[in-house]
Amino acid sequence: MSAAAIVDWPEAIFRTLCAHQVRQVAYVPDAGHAKLIERCRQHNSMRVVPLTTEEEGVALLAGAWLGGDRGVLLMQSSGVGNCINMLAMTKVCRLPLLLLVTMRGQWGEFNPWQVPMGQTTAEVLRLSGVLPFDVDEPDRVGETVENAARMCFEGPAATAVLISQRLIGAKTFGK
Amino acid sequence: MDLTRSETYPLRRRAVVAALLEGAAETLVVAGLGAPAWDVTAAGDGDLRFPLWGAMGGAVAIGLGLALAQPDRKVLVITGDGEMLMGVGSLATVALQAPGNLGIVVLDNERYGETGMQGTHTAGPVDLAAMAHAAGIGVTATVRDQSSLESAIRQLRGTSGPLFFDVKIRAENLPLVLPPKDGVILRDRFRRALLGDAAANAG
Repeated sequence: MSAAAIVDWPEAIFRTLCAHQVRQVAYVPDAGHAKLIERCRQHNSMRVVPLTTEEEGVALLAGAWLGGDRGVLLMQSSGVGNCINMLAMTKVCRLPLLLLVTMRGQWGEFNPWQVPMGQTTAEVLRLSGVLPFDVDEPDRVGETVENAARMCFEGPAATAVLISQRLIGAKTFGK
Repeated sequence: MDLTRSETYPLRRRAVVAALLEGAAETLVVAGLGAPAWDVTAAGDGDLRFPLWGAMGGAVAIGLGLALAQPDRKVLVITGDGEMLMGVGSLATVALQAPGNLGIVVLDNERYGETGMQGTHTAGPVDLAAMAHAAGIGVTATVRDQSSLESAIRQLRGTSGPLFFDVKIRAENLPLVLPPKDGVILRDRFRRALLGDAAANAG
């Protein structure tokens, strides 16, 4: 096993979120976020909010910040397209927004329906006023999330970390 | 779809919103885009009002994030039937979190008022209060007259939420009363009033 493979990057994300006093953790689940979601759920000072669609999370975190809470939105790349119109509020109100996006349709994807959104995720975010940061090495996830969180909350700015499918592994459905 | 019935509903939107907000200066109010935002402004703009000019489908989720961040303050979302229908899944998200301080009022004229008064789904068989109930929101009702409006207002002020009221109002186009449009001004005044001046420079 290589050194990189044993880096616990979900734990690195969790520690970064704690350091930035993130209180509301909104998500539409992805297998790549399963461990982080569970870690946040067990943490007393975090409120974990499952969503029915990702745009709800953009709106929820706008309200959270109006009320003094920092938040984060966890999703997979297919959810980015669902957020586009809601991101107008993020831009017009100049709100902080931190997105952690696990990528699909990017690296060894078996499902062609994931590819169109996965291949345009960074561009869609950039066009919508969100700064995307790619990470495809496990030992760089923590520092990339730290960078995105700092720019987000100290800006304020809308930032996204795109976590490569290389780190999560392509689904195979047993094939 | 019945495009005539809401023309004779007795409750009038501006009076409903004025009654909801009477003596509620400390309530944190999110107003959905279009006529509900104009109604809230007509009742009296203020720093703790957050009127939306967009973000359609997001009003309830904004109210939820605010209610979770400020559990000791009353949060009231006032929105329209078209806006609620676009974000109807957020009722499920609210029910799961069950914030005791969140009230949701839909001003339901059964129309898309800003785009030519086309009928919404509630001009047909769709029952928003039943949808909210089915989502798991504990207190829900359809409000059709003054006495049930007064009962709803008493519950919004005294009963633990989340609460949801679908208020059937007359379909009418009223003079525009517009809130500030600049999103940075709206969020800055809100945070200063709620969190203090230091919040202006805090992320």
